[in-house]
Amino acid sequence: MEYAPASGTLSSIWLLVAIPLASAAVLLLLGKRADKWGHWLGVLAVAATFVLGLVNFFALRGLEDGARSAEQSLFDFIAVGGLHVDFGLLFDPLSGVFVLLITGVGSLIHLYAVGYMEHDEGRRKFFGYFNLFVAAMLLLVLGNNYVMLYFGWEGVGLASYLLISFWTYRPSAATAGKKAFLMNRVGDAGLAIGIFLMFAQLGSTNYDDVFNGVGSLASGTVLIMGILLLLGAAGKSGQFPLHAWLPDAMEGPTPVSALIHAATMVTAGVYLIARSNPIFTANHTLQTIVVSVGALTLLMGCIIGAAKDDIKRVLAWSTVSQIGYMFLGVGLGGGAYALAIIHLLAHGFFKANMFLGAGSVMHGMHDQVDIRRFGGLRKYMKITWITFGFGWLAIIGIPPLSGFFSKEPIIAAAFEREGWTAWLYGMAALLGAGLTAFYMTRLFVLTFHGPKRWTEDIHEPHESPAIMWIPLVLLAVGSAAAGGLMSTSVPQWLEPVLGAEQAEPHAVLSHTWITILSIALTVIGAGLAIMLFRRGTATEPQRAGVVVTAARKNLYTDAINVAVFEKPGLYLTRALVYLDNRGIDGVVNGIAAGVGGSSGRLRRLQTGFVRSYALSMLTGAVLVVGAFLAVQLGWLA
Amino acid sequence: MGDLKLPAIDYGALSPMLILFGAACLGVLLEALAPKRLRHPIQLTLALAAIVAAFVAVIVSRNERTVTIGGAVAVDGPTLFLSGAILLLGLVAMLLIGERSIEHGGAFVSQAAITVGSQKDLKQAGSEPGATEVYPLTMFALGGMLLFVAANDLLTMFVALEVFSLPLYLLCALARRRRLLSQEAALKYFLLGSYASAFFLFGVALIYGFAGGVQFSQIHDAVATPERSQVLLYGGLALVAIGLLFKGALAPFHVWTPDVYQGAPTPVTALMAACTKVAAFGALLRILYVAFDGVRWDFQPVLGAIAVLTMLVGAVLAVTQTDMKRLLAYSSIANAGYLLVGALALNKSGLSSTMFYLVAYGFSVLAAFGILTLVRDADGEATHLSRWAGLGRKSPVFAGIFTFILLAFAGIPLTSGFTSKFAVFGAAVEGGQTWLVIFGVISSMLLAFPYLRVVVMMWLSEPGESTPTVSLPGAMTSAALAIGVLATLALGVAPAALIDLTNDAAQFVR
Repeated sequence: MEYAPASGTLSSIWLLVAIPLASAAVLLLLGKRADKWGHWLGVLAVAATFVLGLVNFFALRGLEDGARSAEQSLFDFIAVGGLHVDFGLLFDPLSGVFVLLITGVGSLIHLYAVGYMEHDEGRRKFFGYFNLFVAAMLLLVLGNNYVMLYFGWEGVGLASYLLISFWTYRPSAATAGKKAFLMNRVGDAGLAIGIFLMFAQLGSTNYDDVFNGVGSLASGTVLIMGILLLLGAAGKSGQFPLHAWLPDAMEGPTPVSALIHAATMVTAGVYLIARSNPIFTANHTLQTIVVSVGALTLLMGCIIGAAKDDIKRVLAWSTVSQIGYMFLGVGLGGGAYALAIIHLLAHGFFKANMFLGAGSVMHGMHDQVDIRRFGGLRKYMKITWITFGFGWLAIIGIPPLSGFFSKEPIIAAAFEREGWTAWLYGMAALLGAGLTAFYMTRLFVLTFHGPKRWTEDIHEPHESPAIMWIPLVLLAVGSAAAGGLMSTSVPQWLEPVLGAEQAEPHAVLSHTWITILSIALTVIGAGLAIMLFRRGTATEPQRAGVVVTAARKNLYTDAINVAVFEKPGLYLTRALVYLDNRGIDGVVNGIAAGVGGSSGRLRRLQTGFVRSYALSMLTGAVLVVGAFLAVQLGWLA
Repeated sequence: MGDLKLPAIDYGALSPMLILFGAACLGVLLEALAPKRLRHPIQLTLALAAIVAAFVAVIVSRNERTVTIGGAVAVDGPTLFLSGAILLLGLVAMLLIGERSIEHGGAFVSQAAITVGSQKDLKQAGSEPGATEVYPLTMFALGGMLLFVAANDLLTMFVALEVFSLPLYLLCALARRRRLLSQEAALKYFLLGSYASAFFLFGVALIYGFAGGVQFSQIHDAVATPERSQVLLYGGLALVAIGLLFKGALAPFHVWTPDVYQGAPTPVTALMAACTKVAAFGALLRILYVAFDGVRWDFQPVLGAIAVLTMLVGAVLAVTQTDMKRLLAYSSIANAGYLLVGALALNKSGLSSTMFYLVAYGFSVLAAFGILTLVRDADGEATHLSRWAGLGRKSPVFAGIFTFILLAFAGIPLTSGFTSKFAVFGAAVEGGQTWLVIFGVISSMLLAFPYLRVVVMMWLSEPGESTPTVSLPGAMTSAALAIGVLATLALGVAPAALIDLTNDAAQFVR
């Protein structure tokens, strides 16, 4: 694998990172002086990056078929011993589509946030963090080596921490930010060790060197390397077992949720695996692990999502579940890589649409988030209702909206695995589609239809201002059309990076059957939800069976986290503290006491009298001269 | 008898020190001729301009490699590099010396000879502006240091030693506050300095007896011929070394350091800690590398023992200090030990890393003493450690800067303290002196404790009634602080440029 050097228009790719970064610096450094116009600068920076991204994208398309890549090395980043890392960027078909998604959807979310954050005193700071987030994410997808990726990866982590806990006066927001940060650290450590391993085994962290060298590695090494990368990906993308931070991250302002969940952060894991496809393709066990993580997470997300009553949390769990589909896709390998990317792009549109829609609902309902307290909003918020409707139909996969074109092929690809695993993963994906239809319909119906169940202080919910609904409309159009448009062009476009589709699929079920089944399950799930919830629901939690109770408690995964990680961790630290206090501290304190004591005694020699100083110098002089002569004349020898 | 021939003099190569000495003489004249009101601005401008001009002269003659004035002065890579270092550090110290906005009239008193505590003295301490003689004195000292690092024979070196020492003795006595302590410090420094000079001079005599000359090249040649008196050689080497070890504040010749550092006006302490150290080690390096490199196996263990003793004494005694200036004095002693470790590597990287260390440490220590001039109460500087408790709450910026500098002293990465320690220890390992490095690391660990104790005190203690305020620094002190901190950071983050410079400069001429 070789990358061509950047030339012509493409040599401006560094600006893609530099523009939002510069804007973030201006916003954060100028302080209050930028309060009046800061948010517009933020929007402008991302919009300009989007335009530049488009220009570069078309420049890349204009290149010959086999040579669609542009690599640019800005300066020596790290040069220590055998490790040499350039501050290098790579613009190829894969990073190209990510750049467009990040900046395109990002621009709309920025625009929306201008309205959403209008009454917030920290709006300028918010846009500074927002730009920083976009810059870090762009660096992540544009790096030409794993260290650059890691650099952006950490930048995204930092920016997400700042944004999730943006409302620092809320203890829950601060806790959520911390939780996201800590859980991400676990994944990040995995990624970092994975990169160390690459350097140790292959002597380089550049994509081309690593991918060319993977073939020469032992299968066990590739497996470990892949698992470490997967750990990193699971952390960022909220996959089992590191998924718990993602729903809590809803504590941030709604545009943050949209940006984190739709266009940027959570897609980083999928990007990492897709980018590292030569590593993952090289080991079959590794692929099975990825597929299992994806399938398990997608079912978990669906089940928990169906039991939640907080509008943003339902959407958050649906993100967990949809990313599960993407992991399933990248784990299947071959042609499914491209399918996962298509689903990622389509998801970017409809999830951003629904998050912003949820924000619009909250905006009109005094920040109420409980869907049991909504109902009948379609009459009051027509635009939000219609645009949200598009997102809803898209995510559950009703043809011809985008979700159908992006999700159904992944389900079909799952059935193409060999042997009994085809049934296992295929059925999981299929079941997930039905469950998705159920809980998303529940969300939609409870919010916009049925009787009003508002709290008493709300009289006349209002539609959001134009600056908020215009992005909604644009995203709704994307939700509707993106999937169909991309379903054939994108796999072809990504072929140089991800490899070609396999020639002969050997599915255990025919494609037609899968399509029929998935649509049927979707319709059943949606119909069931409409039947159950069209008359509204109780506003208080009801007694529930085992499954629902478990789902309400996140399938006890938090409890598992506590039992498996937190408790042993606590005991371990306690044991270490005990050891430290009794053993190590004893030695250390002994030494310290010894040093302090001798220091105190030596201090007395510093009497302040010149005569005693002169005496000590004379003694020293005699000793030095004596030592010299002794050494020379052999008295010591 | 032949005609007495004047040796050829390369004025271009000597221009840096000539500029300084000329400006210093001019300063003395100005002291007599200029009206009293205008003396301070004129003298300060003259001094800063002379230092900058001398620095420019160093840069202009950067490719000079020559021995001139009949072999008395060698202008080579180390000379030029160390001259540049002395001038840059001297410039920053001069900014601290010239500061007059923190205390009315500056840190110096106008007439140091008035009996301390008398009516007249109270009056002058309260109102009269400080003596402007400090500027020519400082320039004489700096000029002497330039000559000291360039001296190519023992007598020139001795003259240079006295030229830069005498002004320093005087400067020590000029403190506006606590002048008794200041005068005591000056007298101690003078007495012990003369004592050390006597050792040096006696050593010169013995070496002359051994080699029949005082030039380093003659000594070098004589060392190579085995039939001469070894007692004269080693006795002479030991005594000469003692004179230099005294200036460099190495144990057991360090005893003056804490008292003098504490008593001297803080800007002068800064000048001594930064520039005198460069000069002393510059001369020591030249003597060890140029004149006596033939007997390196014999002096390495003895000087190595001195380095170990210095590092341990400095670190251990720093632990129980309660006065900030004395704490920094012991830290400076320990640092002299690290410098000697680098010097004893006796290879090219030993030379270059020691030069790097001198510059890095100089900037940090200037910034540290600069902060000390700011933390004051009604009686002047509040140097007792307990008074700094909770300073981080009251003045986070200055406490932050001081913390950064202390971390640099402790050798935390991303500061110049780390890179420079790494460089000297690396050079010593390369030179086969691993045992010195082991003691160096132990000493560094011990020394981290007093530094961190100050950090903990500043940030984690509640500010008390007696926590002093931090004066707003004037433009010059701010500039000095900024330069010191930025250099500490820059040499920690991107040291490559200076390392290259020291590598290029690390070659003596003989």
